[in-house]
Amino acid sequence: MAQAHTDHDGSHGSYSAYLIGFVLAVILTVASFAAVMAHVLPPSMTIAVLTFLAIVQIVVHLVFFLHLNTSREQSWNLMCFIFAAATVIVIIGGTLFIMHDTAINMMSR
Amino acid sequence: MAHEATMSPLAHADDHGGEHHHETPNVFGFWLYLMTDCVLFGSIFAVFAVLRNQYAGGPSGKELFDLTNVGIETAILLFSSITYGFASLNALAKNKTMVLVWLAVTFVLGASFVGLEVNEFSSMIAEGNGPDRSAFLSAFFTLVGTHGLHVTCGLIWMAVLMVQMMGPQDLSERMMNKLSCLSLFWHFLDIVWICVFSFVYLAGVM
Amino acid sequence: MLGKLSFSAIPLDVPILVGTFLGVAVIGLAVLGAVTYYGKWGYLWREWLTTVDHKRLAVMYIILAIVMLFRGFADAIMMRTQLALAYNGNPGYLPPHHYDQVFSAHGTIMIFFMAMAFMTGLMNLVVPLQIGARDVAFPFLNSLSFYMTLVGALLINISLFIGEFAQCGWLVYPPLSEMQFSPGVGVDYYIWAVQIAGVGTLLTGVNFFTTIVKMRAPGMGWMQMPVFTWTAFCTTVLIMASFPVLTVTLALLSLDRYLGMHFFTNDAGGNVMLYVSMIWTWGHPEVYILVLPAFGVFSEVTATFSKKPLFGYNTMVYATCSIMVLSFVVWVHHFFTMGAGANVNTFFGIMTMIIAVPTGVKIYNWLFTMYKGRVEFTAPMYWTLGFMITFSIGGMTGVMLAMPAADWILHNSLFLIAHFHNVIIGGVYFGYIAGMGFWFPKAFGFKLNEAWGKRAFWCWFVGFYLAFVPLYILGLEGMTRRMNHYDNPDWYPWMLVAEAGAIVIACGIVCQLTQLYVSIRDRNLPENLDLTGDPWNGRTLEWSISSPPPAYNFAVIPDIHGLDTFHTEKQLGLKAHGKPLAPIHMPKNTSAGVFIGLFSFIFGFASVWYIWWLAAIGLIGIVATMILRSANRDVDYYVPVSEIEHNEEVYSRRIAAAQAAE
Repeated sequence: MAQAHTDHDGSHGSYSAYLIGFVLAVILTVASFAAVMAHVLPPSMTIAVLTFLAIVQIVVHLVFFLHLNTSREQSWNLMCFIFAAATVIVIIGGTLFIMHDTAINMMSR
Repeated sequence: MAHEATMSPLAHADDHGGEHHHETPNVFGFWLYLMTDCVLFGSIFAVFAVLRNQYAGGPSGKELFDLTNVGIETAILLFSSITYGFASLNALAKNKTMVLVWLAVTFVLGASFVGLEVNEFSSMIAEGNGPDRSAFLSAFFTLVGTHGLHVTCGLIWMAVLMVQMMGPQDLSERMMNKLSCLSLFWHFLDIVWICVFSFVYLAGVM
Repeated sequence: MLGKLSFSAIPLDVPILVGTFLGVAVIGLAVLGAVTYYGKWGYLWREWLTTVDHKRLAVMYIILAIVMLFRGFADAIMMRTQLALAYNGNPGYLPPHHYDQVFSAHGTIMIFFMAMAFMTGLMNLVVPLQIGARDVAFPFLNSLSFYMTLVGALLINISLFIGEFAQCGWLVYPPLSEMQFSPGVGVDYYIWAVQIAGVGTLLTGVNFFTTIVKMRAPGMGWMQMPVFTWTAFCTTVLIMASFPVLTVTLALLSLDRYLGMHFFTNDAGGNVMLYVSMIWTWGHPEVYILVLPAFGVFSEVTATFSKKPLFGYNTMVYATCSIMVLSFVVWVHHFFTMGAGANVNTFFGIMTMIIAVPTGVKIYNWLFTMYKGRVEFTAPMYWTLGFMITFSIGGMTGVMLAMPAADWILHNSLFLIAHFHNVIIGGVYFGYIAGMGFWFPKAFGFKLNEAWGKRAFWCWFVGFYLAFVPLYILGLEGMTRRMNHYDNPDWYPWMLVAEAGAIVIACGIVCQLTQLYVSIRDRNLPENLDLTGDPWNGRTLEWSISSPPPAYNFAVIPDIHGLDTFHTEKQLGLKAHGKPLAPIHMPKNTSAGVFIGLFSFIFGFASVWYIWWLAAIGLIGIVATMILRSANRDVDYYVPVSEIEHNEEVYSRRIAAAQAAE
């Protein structure tokens, strides 16, 4: 049974992969906290930086911890993730678009 | 594309040779569940985004959030992520004792995360800033609480797997599948937490 | 100790409910008595209640759907009767408190427990057979999904006799559904019934998506997949993408109600419009979740009975996929009048109009499939033709409503009610009934009676137009929906016509019941028996095996070489399998689904009534059953070759008998 897995160790990660992921995650997290706590950037810039860092960190986690990659075996997982991400963007973007527009139009906020 | 003619997730249980060892439908099915969970969190984030400024005269994030606490929570989750990773690697190496040790470490980290969160929530409620204070706080408690609830479910699941692993299931193929699913779940919760600390806490204190 | 529950919660003062209760009790006791008298409890438990066989779950889903159809239709005819009476000072026979529950329950039951259950039933029956699989990917989850749906249906029906149901419409819009305005348990019944059933639906989505992606027979690429499976696939994608939003929306409403939060309240920063937007983020994909499989049924039925391959298979697939994507960006058309600006309304209005294009493509595909075919006018074909006319009209009024300017006039009027019944009855219901007639022989081994099927169709078809064309006119005359009584003399005659239509539809339902009765009575007549497993000269894999199929479906997994392989091989006279038989690995039946369902019911009921200790027991029961199930290692078995050989032999003898009879 053990050898059944040896052929795709790559898709389950290794110590070095986990450690690389961990170090990257720590750097990105610290950068996010620093960007806010240092108070050097204007708020709108800080939000942009936070968003960028968050997206990068999500990718790091996906690749190093969830072992998502572009291999054939993972193609469905990847496709489902892209579809889910698109859905989330539509839901968040759409809701904000609608509710913001409504609030402006109705002068309710 | 996998054209597996197998009829059930169990079809692989006896498939030791693994001449066409694809990922079993179990792990793929669980991945799909995670994608639906992703949409679930996405909806709650959408609600939070809409209600983020509705303080109703109550406190804002700037007055409430303690970034040190959030930093500690984040560190704990990151550490628990890598410790779970070590458990997975040991499971692949069939080293059951080390799997149990690393799972136990992960469990303690996860439990302390939940403990910190409960502590944060209860002190906010004690100060009169509970979820019924304003729409902003309702959204905050629900979003962060839903993540916490997921972590708690993950902890229960982890405990069950640890007990089952000590029993006859050992590190069977079925158990490996369960460990893979929990691994996906645990790391997925980290991803949600990235969004929580970035867009709820850090963006909230600006 | 019992939360809000007390004897006063039982509506003994409402004669209609007491009568209904007695009726249900008598029928229920008769059924239970009959099962006991014939000693069938063991059989029922072993073969049906604990089954993980997708074909049997399908039958149970469809029975549930039909029972819920009666309940939902009873609500419908009560409303029509009320409005035929409650004119010019006459209060009618339904007081507002009761009437409001009736229309809320009608919508909730028809969508969640009639249409969804019917759709899931058809998917269960057909998808694994069409792709050459022996079961779904997760047979136990399939059983669990069924029990979740059943529990939701039970909760909603119990609200008839214990407590009350929601009085704020089938989507319980706040602020009316908030504690301040709906302090009773009605909204709580709604929330828990829909939440629990929603979990079941979500699991079904995951299950069937995995099944279609991972378990297609060797050689069946994406463009060799039957159209019904394609539509089922798109439906599962929509389920997974939209049901979590419903879960969140209702969860937030329950947090408002149970914990005093402020998501959708009028005060403390809550935002009522947010609920409307969220619920329709789920709600619009939901209507396509319902209608796509119906489109799949029509594709199969039209191709089979026109004796031609489906015209434009590729465009059909692309149309289905574009509908799937587009259905996610149109939800504002349900609330153009909410107050969003021109940007938002224009965007969503245009997207809505665009979605009519792929739908139109489909209509033309079906028409061209029939063109120059030898169309056989069976009952399923009648439903299909009725659909094409009715759905086209409904689609056109839909495009009218998609114009924000027109919608401002028509919103919440009976015009809207007429429109969506036009597409849901004309599209979804006609489709499911066509599918039931089409696949009935596959599930049971005998055909449904044609004559009664056609009578049912004519009653439904005529009754539909009688009942809903007046509603279009009333809508244009300004009558709004959910009205309890009215004074306008111009409306009265139309209301009488609509009532007549509802009665004709009732005749249609009676015909359908008669059809079932007659078909079961005459099941052994040679012209009704389906010995070959292929009664319609079908095109897809489900017709290549015996009716009803053995538990494992396929003795040998077929090899697929193209679209409609089974039909091609039949034409060429090829025998599909020569492969050696091997023991077949199958999942064992399990009672875990029943118990999780039972505990979910306890949990839901206790939460409705604030009986927290009981809710805790329910929750612990659910978790404990799941843990026990995950520790159970005795979950599968092998079907020995001798048994498969025996089944195959019986099947060959039946085919030979059928050929001898010809």
